[in-house]
Amino acid sequence: MDSSANDSKTLIDVKDISFSYGPVKVLQDVTFPIQRGDFLAIIGPNGSGKTTLIKIILGLLKPSKGRIRILGKPAEEFEDWRKIGYVPQQATHIDPFFPASAREVVAMEFHASRKIPSLTKREEELCIEKALKQVGMDHFKNWRIGSLSGGQQQRIFIARAIVNEPHILFLDEPTTGVDSETQEHFYDMLDNLNKKEGITIVLITHDTGIVNKHVSQVACLNQQLVYHGTHEEFCRSGAFKEMLAGHHLISHRH
Amino acid sequence: MEAFLSYGFLQRALLAGIFVAIACALLGVFLILRRDAMIGHGLAHVTFAGVALGLFLEIIPLAVALVVAVIAALGIMKLKEKAGVYGDTAIAIFSSVGLALGILLATLAQSFNVDLFSYLFGDILAIESSEVWLSIGLAAIVVFMVILNYHKFMYMTFDFEAAKASGIKVGRLDLLLTLLTAVTIVLGMKVVGILLVSALVVIPAAAGLQLASNFKQAIILSSLIAFVSVLFGLILAFYLDFPASGTIVILSFLLFGLFFIFKRGKRIF
Repeated sequence: MDSSANDSKTLIDVKDISFSYGPVKVLQDVTFPIQRGDFLAIIGPNGSGKTTLIKIILGLLKPSKGRIRILGKPAEEFEDWRKIGYVPQQATHIDPFFPASAREVVAMEFHASRKIPSLTKREEELCIEKALKQVGMDHFKNWRIGSLSGGQQQRIFIARAIVNEPHILFLDEPTTGVDSETQEHFYDMLDNLNKKEGITIVLITHDTGIVNKHVSQVACLNQQLVYHGTHEEFCRSGAFKEMLAGHHLISHRH
Repeated sequence: MEAFLSYGFLQRALLAGIFVAIACALLGVFLILRRDAMIGHGLAHVTFAGVALGLFLEIIPLAVALVVAVIAALGIMKLKEKAGVYGDTAIAIFSSVGLALGILLATLAQSFNVDLFSYLFGDILAIESSEVWLSIGLAAIVVFMVILNYHKFMYMTFDFEAAKASGIKVGRLDLLLTLLTAVTIVLGMKVVGILLVSALVVIPAAAGLQLASNFKQAIILSSLIAFVSVLFGLILAFYLDFPASGTIVILSFLLFGLFFIFKRGKRIF
């Protein structure tokens, strides 16, 4: 591992990123750093490029312009993906009848970066148990994933994302379709992961109310980066008010 | 049973049949969950062209079929990825073209005879020693590769995007799964024939998936159903003088039915 990268405060450096789907511009010259310990919310109206930006950082999409450095390395050379956890957008793409237990879902990620399965049996048990406990789902480990509620599934997907003790965790609208009480617990759990476990959290959300209570940094995106800074400054800035009238914002930028 | 096993040809059929059927069932679980169950059917039809080409060129049909099946599997994959053709459409194109080529070649080779029919309907009882070892060896490689990549295949099947983000080389593994499927289909052809090989891939796995509450169970149950179907299918075929291929497939279907009824019963009571 690159030790200089570990020492540095910047975990991920996004520089001049642009992206288009055919003729449609989705992102334009986006530049910002993600720093160790951040609890960063990426907010913006529908179609503002939030998910696309995360997918570019994770190497799922290639930007048309710009570059990304992850833990000090250019993204195209970066291979240590177990240091990055990812919880995709609420699982519309998940087959509800898929025959996997909650434990197996977490095990998938544990083994993703390991070559020989049998040598890591004991370590596997410990890591999976720990991840399930951290999200309060250890009693559900033998349940079939499709038989759990939306909120419980989401916790399992977080356990999956943190099983390899990542430095940074990306979540794409994790509370869609989850009731407000469960949401509150959910954000408390993320707080805990951020403060106690020291995991840097990057969260895409529409929910500006929740953002107020929990996050330390805000990045407001609308094809371009409209704002990036601390949460307090964001609330004082005009970007917040504009943000609340999101659809209005998008027509301005063309 | 003792009398049954005293025949060398039955021992060979049993050994090769069980190995190949288990490889088929293992892959079947992944293919069904990837909504790719028909690929076995499509590749089997293409295999017909390979066998006909082998008979035409007078080269071992099994070897030619293997090459043709691998090329077709890659072709289906590329047609899906690069040309934006839907998966089932790509399979339909390849399977019908394969069958058409097979008919032309077989006619040219004037080999619409017992030989070709044994490939169409399977003739496991006539399997030769060398083919037994080739089948067992290749089936063992397939099973080994699936076990080695078990979690990665499972992750890709369950959540392709998250699997990719976790650093799994999904393109490479997709290719591996496709190649393993092509090899297994050709081996299965020897056991139950071109026309029935997709049953060996789909039915035991579909039966296992009826009752499994986790992935490990799905894999173990499917393999067990494949094992039981071949073992008792061959015994029944021997004593009742039935064709082996049909008996194996019907038996696996009866097990599927049994599991289906059991599952419904569990829900009702």
